[in-house]
Amino acid sequence: MIPAAFEYARPTSVDEALQAVAEGGEDVKIMAGGQSLIPVMRLRLAAPSTVVDLGRVAEMRGVRDDGDALVIGAMTTHAEVITDPLVAQHAKLIAEATETVADRQTRRRGTFGGALAHADPAGDLPAVALALDAEMVVAGPNGRRTVPASEFFVDYLTTTLDEGEILVEIRVPKLAGDWGVRYEKFNRVAQAWSIVAVAAAVRRENGHIAEARIGLTNMGPTPLRASATEAALNGAAASPDAVAAAARSAAEGTSPSSDLNAQADYREHLAQVLTRRAVTAAAGL
Amino acid sequence: MTVTEDPATAEVAPEREVGKARRRKEDARLITGRTTWTDNMVLPGMLHMSVVRSPVAHGKITNVDVSAAQQAPGVVAVLTGRDLAEEQGSIPCAWPVTADMVNPGHPSIAVDEVNHVGEAVAVIVARSRSAAADAIELVDVDYDLLPPVLDMEEAVKHEADLCHDHIDSNTSYHFVFDAGEAGTGGDTEQAFADADVVVSRRFVNQRLIPAFMEPRSVVVQPQGDNFTMWSATQIPHVLRVMLAMVTGIPEHKLRVVAPDVGGGFGGKLQVNPEEVIALLVARRLGKPVKWTETRSESLMAAHHGRDQIQYVDIASTREGDVQGLRVRILADMGAYLRLITPGVPALGAFMFPGIYKFPAYRFECDGVFTNKVPTDAYRGAGRPEATFAVERIMDELAVELGMDPLEVRRRNWIQSQEFPFTTVAGLEYDSGDYDTATQQALDLLGYPELREEQRRRRESNDPVQLGIGFSTFTEMCGLAPSRVLGSLSYGAGGWESASIRMLPTGKVEVVTGSTPHGQGHETAWSQLVADQLGVPFEDIEVLHGDTAVAPKGMDTYGSRSLVVGGTAVVKAADKVVAKARKVAAHLLEANEDDLDFSGGKFTVRGTPGTALSIQEIALAVFAAHDYPEDVEPSIDADATFDPVNFSFPHGTHVCAMEVDTETGFVKIRKYACVDDVGTIVNPLIVEGQVHGGLAQGIAQALYEEAVYDADGNLTTGSFVDYLVPSAADLPHFDTGNTVHVAPGNPIGAKGVGEAGCIASTPAVVNAALDAVRHLGVQDIRMPLTPERVWRAIHQGGDGGDRATAGSNAYGGAQTETTAGVSTPQSSLGGDR
Repeated sequence: MIPAAFEYARPTSVDEALQAVAEGGEDVKIMAGGQSLIPVMRLRLAAPSTVVDLGRVAEMRGVRDDGDALVIGAMTTHAEVITDPLVAQHAKLIAEATETVADRQTRRRGTFGGALAHADPAGDLPAVALALDAEMVVAGPNGRRTVPASEFFVDYLTTTLDEGEILVEIRVPKLAGDWGVRYEKFNRVAQAWSIVAVAAAVRRENGHIAEARIGLTNMGPTPLRASATEAALNGAAASPDAVAAAARSAAEGTSPSSDLNAQADYREHLAQVLTRRAVTAAAGL
Repeated sequence: MTVTEDPATAEVAPEREVGKARRRKEDARLITGRTTWTDNMVLPGMLHMSVVRSPVAHGKITNVDVSAAQQAPGVVAVLTGRDLAEEQGSIPCAWPVTADMVNPGHPSIAVDEVNHVGEAVAVIVARSRSAAADAIELVDVDYDLLPPVLDMEEAVKHEADLCHDHIDSNTSYHFVFDAGEAGTGGDTEQAFADADVVVSRRFVNQRLIPAFMEPRSVVVQPQGDNFTMWSATQIPHVLRVMLAMVTGIPEHKLRVVAPDVGGGFGGKLQVNPEEVIALLVARRLGKPVKWTETRSESLMAAHHGRDQIQYVDIASTREGDVQGLRVRILADMGAYLRLITPGVPALGAFMFPGIYKFPAYRFECDGVFTNKVPTDAYRGAGRPEATFAVERIMDELAVELGMDPLEVRRRNWIQSQEFPFTTVAGLEYDSGDYDTATQQALDLLGYPELREEQRRRRESNDPVQLGIGFSTFTEMCGLAPSRVLGSLSYGAGGWESASIRMLPTGKVEVVTGSTPHGQGHETAWSQLVADQLGVPFEDIEVLHGDTAVAPKGMDTYGSRSLVVGGTAVVKAADKVVAKARKVAAHLLEANEDDLDFSGGKFTVRGTPGTALSIQEIALAVFAAHDYPEDVEPSIDADATFDPVNFSFPHGTHVCAMEVDTETGFVKIRKYACVDDVGTIVNPLIVEGQVHGGLAQGIAQALYEEAVYDADGNLTTGSFVDYLVPSAADLPHFDTGNTVHVAPGNPIGAKGVGEAGCIASTPAVVNAALDAVRHLGVQDIRMPLTPERVWRAIHQGGDGGDRATAGSNAYGGAQTETTAGVSTPQSSLGGDR
């Protein structure tokens, strides 16, 4: 399990990192926490010519309050996200989902931004970012741009990040009002990837569900919103029956894969059950 | 009231070591890794070997181009099967279970044909490990593809595709045990013809991967015409004999060392192709060579276990008295026969009747070749498969009869007063009490409360249903009586050897031929010897695993070490005491018959104050200034112990299982087991073995399966897809013991290494079925993935085949992408 030889750069600022990436050419790989990249390199499924390690880019790490949004540095580790008071206060769904990521050791090294940029459909955080309408702040040779999560994930392990670009931070709008959240993850053993998972945020108002946002993990090559269920829930009674009825359309528009853990029809069924459970819990029912 | 001290008992008798929950003395070095793991070995001038492996399951090799690899930086040599064909011989198979068994031969490195994904086709020898790894992809091998043979039921059909075209079928052997013919039971066909009730089932005992923690590793050092091999093996002694036979290197020129070895579970009970290749390469180059496998290689090329399709029929009266058992199995050999590949199902043949008094029994087994890596020993080796079949079919019979599954068992099991009991398979079970173990297990579980909860959940139609499953098992351990092995055509004996060396300073070296790979021999053997010789635990060192240090041994497998190897140690200690007694009598000027030996001291009966410790005697014979005329100046001793019978641990395992009927997710609510493993030398070690065994047995039921796709690629090629549970996935275990001393050895031990693994699997499956039987579910195939459970509940059947595509995590990190090729037929529509 020895990776092929590669060049290694360890910049200390975003500017240096952009330069290192530019100099690395086509075969450059950016390493955040390395929890997905290193295994893939060791298995020789990836053999980049240059690895740019962002581990020392201090400005990309940490969480700050920016008015109506939280800004999470892309290099903030999962462990830091889980214990961050701002995240706990304004983006509890992220903390709850992050607690289910892999194991303790992985969470010490793996990063929020790395998980998003890797865009593994079985990864937990893309669906959460999508459900929360997060925005990706991307730095490139021509300056910075902001991409909404709904446009960021384009295919299996593929995002809108262009060659030479780095995901530097993630803006997460604060949830205003009476929101409840739940990340409902389904896997066979504790440290495994999601077979299917559902991220739900629900705002209640006067005994009704005023708004529901539902992100689906591993129901297609990219994270998805359960749009039909969201629409059915908006304005619905906050009752188990209404939630159950709405959850039946959770798999609409999805295209899950078939593998050892689940065939597509079973994944579609799971999406419905887990959506019902996630929304029920988020709505406090 | 006055307390008077009796001077005779004033001296406190030393605490007995046997029975003490000592922490293992070897653990600190094993756990920290600061020890002699084979891969830690570095020799001057050592070269590194890597193996180029076949990405196809079945094909003719038409060309191997090694020119680019030969010129790669740091590469010293590239060798193909053709280069080694004349000297590599065949991997030995020590167990020809029938006289006409077909062995296609097993080259260590493929010459003309490959028969499974992962088979070695070339080796690279380089100056560094990374140079050797880098050059793998530079070797270009062309194959003419042949159709892979993957499904046993297809493979045994007339005109099936052949795994080996030089033999005329895919069947290696047909092994039969018929109790009627053997004289140990009645006529099976008649029993079935006369029975009120016959229940027939087809069970699949899936293919598993031993998944030991330390990958296989070997270092070979040539020195003149001698060779030393360090290998992460369970069987240095067997390996030495076999390597001598395979390579022609004389046995006395070959030393094999198993240094500290990090687990094996039978997976290192092998003469590995890579061990043979490393030896041949070191001989050819005259330089030390190391090979350490990657985890990917380990999963795809080290032998697998289990893999049987079992057709089981049980005959019974309407009242639930069993009348006969008929078992026909297809056992997957994989592509070749390795050390005991064909013997695993044959060993299991004798355990299918379990603890029950079947009047009639017939067993038939076909060993079948497929284009997969060979199977061989894996924790329990034949006995878990048998136990699964009988414990599952007893439940099926109970359902058919509308009886309580425990009641059916109780009606038919051997009663405690009937031991020793000769079974319908001809085995003489030694001791036990199934009633007591069962009652204790039920108490540990809190059985009535859980049954009540099960009733409530059923009545309220709770989405989470509860089930309770049993396994009342026994196993044959203490492998093995050599004469019995002979009668089964096994190629060796089952004795074990030990010697004890009394050092001048009073310290003791215990040499054991039973080579540990994590079991704690050093601690347990020290406890045994401390009691026998009356010396402090700390004064004892246990030496093992090096054929130059411990020249005789049969190594560690089959829950044999304590039962056979420990007994050899005890017998050697008895001889030491006997020899010391003569010296003591001489030095104490007393008659031997007047000496008492206790607490490590010889005393003269009736002469208070005279005493000589065995440690003092060790110094006395070292000096050898004053010892009896008719003896040698040594109290060292050797012993070899060959058991007369197997030992038969037994126990009752009870599992309570929650089944989420909405998702199919199963969760063990409670697990209780009471095992009778005879005398317990170290309760902590026993508890550890039971826990580890339970984890592996539960893993077969719920998690683990080696899956091949339609092209013969192992898609569970990493731990992402070959699911091994961690502590987080397993429940608390409520364990207990009854103790019925094994009559066959002086320790009274029965063996514990495999118990948990053998017993637990059917208890878990029975529990899940018990939870959902009322929903119409009859069977669920292992492992009980949530998908299978859900399908069985909602679509009927046994949950069906899984999609074979590896999961998408890691970008699909299975062999299909690391070594293999894929076609649209490889998966059930998996997109990656």
